[in-house]
Amino acid sequence: MPHAAKRTLVYAALIVWTVVALFPIFWTFSTTFKVAKDVQMGNIIPWVDFTPSWLGLRAIGLSPDTIFTESTPRAEFLKRFFNSIQASVGAALLALILGSMAAYGLSRFSYHWKIWKNRDISFFFLSQLILPPVVLAMPFLVLYKELALLDSMVGLILIYTLSVLPIVIWIMKDQFDTIPQELEQAALVDGCSTWGAFFRIILPIALPGMVAAFILSVILCWNEYFFAALLTSSYAKTLPVMVASQTGSQGISWWSMAALSSAAILPLIIIGIFLERYIVKGLTSGSVK
Amino acid sequence: MTSASPAAPSLEAAATHVAPERRRRGVLLIRGATLVLGLIVLVQLLSAMGYIGFGFANWQPVLIAYVLWSAALCWGLVLRDGEAGWQAVFVLPAVLFTVALVIFPTFFGLYIAFSDWNLQSADGQKFNGLDNFWQLIADPYFWNALGNMVFYVGTVIVQYAIAFGLAMLLNADIKAQKFFRVAFLLPFMLSPVAVSWMIGKSMLEYRFGPLTHLLRNLGWEQPTLLTTPWLAKTTIALMDAWVWIPFMMIMILAGLQALPKDVQEAAKVDGATGWQGFWQITFPLMLPVSVTTVVLRIIFQLKLADIVINTTAGGPGGATDTISSYIFRVYKDRSNVGYGTMIAEVYLIIIIVFVALLLKFTSRYMQKAV
Repeated sequence: MPHAAKRTLVYAALIVWTVVALFPIFWTFSTTFKVAKDVQMGNIIPWVDFTPSWLGLRAIGLSPDTIFTESTPRAEFLKRFFNSIQASVGAALLALILGSMAAYGLSRFSYHWKIWKNRDISFFFLSQLILPPVVLAMPFLVLYKELALLDSMVGLILIYTLSVLPIVIWIMKDQFDTIPQELEQAALVDGCSTWGAFFRIILPIALPGMVAAFILSVILCWNEYFFAALLTSSYAKTLPVMVASQTGSQGISWWSMAALSSAAILPLIIIGIFLERYIVKGLTSGSVK
Repeated sequence: MTSASPAAPSLEAAATHVAPERRRRGVLLIRGATLVLGLIVLVQLLSAMGYIGFGFANWQPVLIAYVLWSAALCWGLVLRDGEAGWQAVFVLPAVLFTVALVIFPTFFGLYIAFSDWNLQSADGQKFNGLDNFWQLIADPYFWNALGNMVFYVGTVIVQYAIAFGLAMLLNADIKAQKFFRVAFLLPFMLSPVAVSWMIGKSMLEYRFGPLTHLLRNLGWEQPTLLTTPWLAKTTIALMDAWVWIPFMMIMILAGLQALPKDVQEAAKVDGATGWQGFWQITFPLMLPVSVTTVVLRIIFQLKLADIVINTTAGGPGGATDTISSYIFRVYKDRSNVGYGTMIAEVYLIIIIVFVALLLKFTSRYMQKAV
């Protein structure tokens, strides 16, 4: 095949898949600005097929004419939005603290706890990845009821931390393994303690890995639905649960569903566009060298 | 996921001398804290079972006591073992956290699994022996969901093939590589719940969805994508593929970019080599990355739930059910945690056996991870 034809094919394939990947996102954002007629006609291109309206944003109290007035839907939406931020950032931070410490220990010291050595401890953490959420869901439901943690932010953060901890440990261990041990040895000779060397020498170097682990954790927790749907009801409900509960009840008022869905995915798209490098680093660490 | 870590742990504890007085205080602290924790658990247990008239209103104080006990244990180890204690404290918090939140609930689940327990009713928990298990053996929905899981796991191979193709495209000499990479990655980041609405409930909507519209224009009179059982299953698999292909693509792309430079030249799509070069050079070299990616992806696929719950709720007639979505439905419909937990525990055993076998047969091809 001639070179030019090959290149054309490559670009054609790239563009086809770009459309596949981006059209649903474009569709969701644009549907936010449609009225019933546009939805039924299947209009797609704004300003050509249909005139954008504020209907979708008005439904959650964020259109220009409602933004400065009292709005119950907006208060509800903002509450869920900030719940999601709290749960995902809180869990990501906690997982990062616990996970970085554990990963550093496993990367640098040899443990002999009874029959447990480093490999067994690493495997213990990683094996949590296999555990499906359903196995924990019902026991947590019962336990949280007894612990008075149902529908609480603390309870949600604890279980989210648990679900991202193996991934954080994996990423951070990979990161620490690439940092030469001579660095700490020099610091120890200079009179630094083990923990002093960890905080002052190693953590600053491991920052890219920490950012990657943090972002990946935030994304996973932000999108989590299963536990949130079971363990929260009114107070700690997160955005995905709100989106899911609207689907059934509102029938065909697509603009408000589209507005909610857009709000749920917009933060992630921004993260994806600006921090893609870290996401890729997080996903590929440990398994591709 | 098994191999020795490349950087062999070597910062050995410099054998530090711990003063006997300090060592004694460490031991005392650990024993004291354990005693206090044991006492609190005992009091609460007795009070919950109605043997004594006092106790806490709920179990929350026990959780707090466990956290304090963990802190005391860490501090005690530092006092008792000196440098070795300081080193243990790196890993110990994560271990204690995981034990409390995974190991304990999983075993507690066994207790639930053998009972009839409606959370809405005042009766509380009643043991019913193996009833739940026999119910499960006779439950067609469970076996149906398990069969669906085989189908969903099978689709991972198709996703892998597409992801490999996309990774090759991105690895070619193209302009705006960064743009295409970000565009291809975005679906992976979106919330499955939002995806369920965006694609499942709106784009595939029977009357006005743009995709059904397109299919009608292509001559398909009745695109019953989510109401015909086998079609619904395929549609769910396609949505799942849309979300997860980017993940595999990123892994494979990283693998391609890590190949030796001269091989990389050969691996470029618009290089001199064609189909044969791919099968003889690129594919064998990529095998470790491929196997790792597929195994990871299969492990994630076993958890598939959100998209099914929110798009079809398992329907029509259980055709799209996964084990997770089925359990979710069982709980939502009947508020009975006993039977759902039994399914979950049986599923866990199936998964552990399956993943262990999978790792046994694939680990020699895999990248050295961890």
